[in-house]
Formats: sequence, C-alpha cells, structure tokens
Amino acid sequence: MARVPERASERPATASGPGRVLVAVYAIFAVAATSRAAVQIATRFDEAPVPYVLSAFAAVVYLLATFALARSGVTWWRVALAACSVELAGVLVVGTLSVFDRAAFPDAAVWSNYGMGYLFIPLVLPVIGLLWLRRTAPTRTPR
Amino acid sequence: MITGYAVAVALCSLAVAAWAFVLAARGKSPARPLLTGLAVLEVLLLVQVVISVVLLVGGDRPGSMVTFLAYLVGSLLVLPVGAVWALAENTRSSTVVLGVACVTVPVLILRMSEVWGGASA
Repeated sequence: MARVPERASERPATASGPGRVLVAVYAIFAVAATSRAAVQIATRFDEAPVPYVLSAFAAVVYLLATFALARSGVTWWRVALAACSVELAGVLVVGTLSVFDRAAFPDAAVWSNYGMGYLFIPLVLPVIGLLWLRRTAPTRTPR
Repeated sequence: MITGYAVAVALCSLAVAAWAFVLAARGKSPARPLLTGLAVLEVLLLVQVVISVVLLVGGDRPGSMVTFLAYLVGSLLVLPVGAVWALAENTRSSTVVLGVACVTVPVLILRMSEVWGGASA
C-alpha cells in the first residue's frame, strides 16, 4: 500500500534534475503569458474580451504551475497537479472552441488553435508536466 | 534596431544553445567555456539595448513603446535568471536549462523586431 511520506525530502523533488528544465520552460511561459495578457487587457480589451480573459486565466495557471513545481512538499505537488490538469483541459477546450468558433477568437490567445502560435508547446507542456508529477508522486515509492 | 546585428545575435544564441544541448546529450554539467559563451551573449544583448536606446533617443518609434521596452528588459534578464536557476544544481539538466535560456533569446529578438517594425503587440 502506498503511503504519504512524513518528510518532503523522502520523495524526489519536482524541481530537481529534469524538473529544473520543466520549471524553466514553465517560467518562460508564465512571464510571456502574463505580460501579453496585461498588454492586451490594458490596451485593447474591447476588441476581443473572451480571448483576452482566457489569456489572463492561462497566465495565472502558468504562474501557479511554475511556482508549485519549483517548491517541494506534498501540498505544492498537489497544487502543481491541479495547475497542470487545468492547463491541459484549458488548452484542449479553448483550442477546440477556437477552431470551431473563429468569430469569438479574432486575436490569438496562448491556447488558441491548441497553442499553434507557440509551436504547440502549450499543448505538450502540461502532458510532460503530468508525466513528471507522476514520476515524483509523493505516494509512489513506499521505500 | 539594426536588423543585421539582431540577426547576428540571434544566430549566436542559437549556436550557444546547440552547444549546450550537445554537452547535455553527452551528460556534461555546465563548465566554464559554456558559461563564458553565455557571458558573451549577454554582452551582445547589452550592446543591442544600447543600439535600441540610441535609436529611440534619435526619434525612432516602435509599434508599441511599452511592449518594446518590456522585450528589451526581458532580453537582458533571461540569461542571468536562467543561469542562476540552472547553476543551483550541477547536473546535465543544468546544461539543458542554459540551452533553453539561449533558445529564448532569438524568440525575444524576433518579437522585438516585429514590434520595432510597427506591430502593436
């Protein structure tokens, strides 16, 4: 039976080894999405409110994922899991909506067209994130 | 922005990134030559900022001043921040992080030149 370790140091940290690369890529997307959403909302919110609000939401999710993955501990692992899951759902839902209802997405948001404008990295990133979280799961190795 | 110089900096960044990824593939943790490469890139980026500021003072205007300045500042921060994050560990993953930071530079330069050319965001 799996058990939750008492000390965070018993489990591999999400920010060590390959996790450092993951956090770095997440951080880049967090900064990019946050600044882009800020500019979009500050300068031309009326043009396309739906994608800009989604941009801002995506930015929050990326920030949360970056921060949670960079921290150690069971709680942060769970936050990271939630953030990556929401991110995957978001890119799939928003991607699908943007393909079928182009009128609602006149300007590109980070998740539009499954993140095509960002080389599909927004689609691949949460999958890698979830796989990495499974590798570093706190309940996985009962010593 | 001077297009030729921007392209040159972007190509140098890609070269250093490729170097980092090759070292990582061979299982190497970051060593001094690679870090020197990053330092050289940072100097090139600093020169880019000086060029841009001189052109801005001379009256050139990008499509969006705020966006352009944000990219300009970002281009100076990405390598130092990436290096600090990478070097907190001393593994091949650190080398990959340095490569990722280097790959970000040409993306920033591309976006900067779009904004410089009149794009508003």
